[in-house]
Formats: sequence, structure tokens, C-alpha cells
Amino acid sequence: MEILKPAIAGTLESSDCMVTVEPGMGDVRLELESAVIRQFGPQIRKVIAETLERLGVNNVNIHVVDKGALDCTIKARIEAAVFRSNDINKNIPWGGAVK
Amino acid sequence: MNPAENPNKKRLRRSMMFLNAQKPGLIKDPYVYGPDSIMLDLEDAVAMKEKDAARFSLYHALQEIDYRGVERVVRINGLDSDMWEEDILCSVAGGCDSIRIPKTETAEDVKKVEAVVEEAEKRFGREPGSVLIMAALESAKGVLNALEICQASPRLFGIALSGGDYTKDLQTVITGTGVELMGARQHMIIAARAAGVQCFDTVWTNLNDMEGFRKDVQTIKAMGFDGKSIINPRQIPIVHEIYTPTQKEIIFAEKVVREIDEKSAQGIGVFTVDGKMIDIAFYDGAKRTLMLARAAGVYKGDL
Repeated sequence: MEILKPAIAGTLESSDCMVTVEPGMGDVRLELESAVIRQFGPQIRKVIAETLERLGVNNVNIHVVDKGALDCTIKARIEAAVFRSNDINKNIPWGGAVK
Repeated sequence: MNPAENPNKKRLRRSMMFLNAQKPGLIKDPYVYGPDSIMLDLEDAVAMKEKDAARFSLYHALQEIDYRGVERVVRINGLDSDMWEEDILCSVAGGCDSIRIPKTETAEDVKKVEAVVEEAEKRFGREPGSVLIMAALESAKGVLNALEICQASPRLFGIALSGGDYTKDLQTVITGTGVELMGARQHMIIAARAAGVQCFDTVWTNLNDMEGFRKDVQTIKAMGFDGKSIINPRQIPIVHEIYTPTQKEIIFAEKVVREIDEKSAQGIGVFTVDGKMIDIAFYDGAKRTLMLARAAGVYKGDL
């Protein structure tokens, strides 16, 4: 998917994360903030990369502020932001690109 | 599977706890509080601009979080919205156990949901008949149509009263005495029993009045309700305590079951247990007492 416009999903509440996506400059650029970055940074980066790959997003500036989110929450917030940037909220590919 | 024979239709549902599907902090580990069911809410708890995000959150929670046997019901948006079909697709794909229909008013409402659930089971490779339905009645019309709603689908396991909207429709308010809910509760439990489905009471929202909550649960238990919708984990132990049979009741129920099994084998229809007249009509009630006692962990027998 293309990132058509800037979009945000998630909150800064505990156990959540806030994801901002905006059109990229030809590749994926990730900025990650997390209180547990030393311990979980690599795992969080991996989840972010896999989620973007499933969605076919390869041109994005993505900013993730993690507040101790589970993997399932990180995925959910990235997907919400990416679909929002395309104004899509119906016929989501459940079990396909979203899984 | 024929949905009418889905064993989950009759599962124990003393406490059904609402949780906002959009809040990761709430949905990550609610099983620690031990509710019988959780109701992951896509409807009123979720702000209009977060409806899309709530679905992604719900889908992955259903897929990845082990709720340890707690039933996962999803409350979808109303049939008057343009969101409920996508809500069902997301829930069924994610692996939910049941769908709760808000603001149900007719059998037709249940059938509409049933059709989309059936289609979603096929599309996402779920076992046919595995996803159940419950209907919330939130208006005078819905309450009056309780019987047709209860009989609308073999997937329907029960109906629940939603007191806030219902009292608004009656042009009154929740008083805490229960007087404004009396007719609806009585009508709904009769309809549910006539149709052979379960019946659940509305939420108690005043968390500062736990004594009032306790009385409310005692009332609906005495009326025959299977359980209560709840909004806070603190309410769970009270509901379970009230739904736990006493030792005296357990011993009596055991005797009743034993005696009826024995006496009916001898061709005797009516007899006394501890000075009380007993016949076959007491059998199901005694069995249910033992089932509740077993669920509460206070009965280890094999009857």
C-alpha cells in the first residue's frame, strides 16, 4: 500500500503505542521511542518491519512511541494508521495482509 | 456443526464483563479476574473516530491473546449503522465465540446478523455453526418482542436487558430500586425460558453502592436469570458468590438427584426428602445447583 497522507493511530496510554505514518522518501524510515528499548527494541523493530511488509508498505516515514504495548497492539496501531492514510475502513483483508 | 447443538450454547455465564476493545490495557489480561465471559465492545465504549482502530485492536487480541477459556463475545455496532457487517467479519475472522447484537427489536434483526455470521464462517474457514449470537433488548419494542427474538435463530444462546436505553425509552430513569425494570425482567425471563435460551440482566453502574449491587444480583438470581452484565472486575466475586449454592443446598440437591434416580427406577413418582415433597419436577433444578456448585469449585462429586 502507498501512504497517501499523514495518519495517526493509538494513544500514549500505558500498554498502548502511538503510530504516525507519512509518505516516505523512497524507503522505510523508522523512528522508535520506547522506555523498554534496551530490552525489547529489536523485537519491536521486527514486529514493525513484518507488519509493514505484510501491508506492502515500502515507502514511509514511521514514528512509533511505545508505552509497553504487546506485539498485537503494535500491529493493530500500524495497520490502523496505514489504512487511515488511505481512507479505508471497509473490506479490510482480515486474515490476509492483516494477520 | 448444527448450531442448536453447539455445546457452548448452554455454558455457564454468571458474569459477562464489558471491555472497551480499543483499550489495550483493558483487553490484554482480563481473564485474571475470572469472569465467565468478556464482552469486547465495538459499540458505545468506542468513540466514532476510533471505530476503525478498535477493529484492528480487537482482531489481533482475539488472534494472539490466550483468554484461558473465558468466553469472548463481541458487541458489534447497531444494525442502523454502516459498521456492523465489517464488525462481524473482523470478529469472526479473529476467532470470537459469540456476537452480541445491540438494540435488537425484531426476529428479523437476528436473522440479518445470522446471515452475515454464516457467510463470515465460510469466508474465514471457521467451523460452520461455531459462532453464537446473543441479543440485547434496549427498547419497549424489543422487550415486547422477546419471544420472537429468542426463537429467531438456532445460534441464539440468550437475551440481555440493557437497562439504560430501555428506561430512556420508557421515559423514566434507573432508580436503584429495580421498580422500573420489573416488567421487562419478568417478561424477558419468561420468554427466554419458553424458548429454551439464557437470560442476562443489565449492568449496575454505581460502583460506590456495592450493597445495592448485591441486592440487585440477589433479585435477578431469584427471578431465574442466568447471570449479569458487569462493568468492573470488583463486581465479579459478588456475582459468583451469590450464584454459588450453599453447602446445605448442595447436600439437598445431591439427595434429590440420587432419590429421583433410585425411586423412578422403582416406579415411584412422588416421595419426600428431608420432609419436603419431591417429584421429577425438581430434577433439573437440583442438577443445575450441582453444576453451579461445581463451577464455583465447592462441589467435587460426580452427580
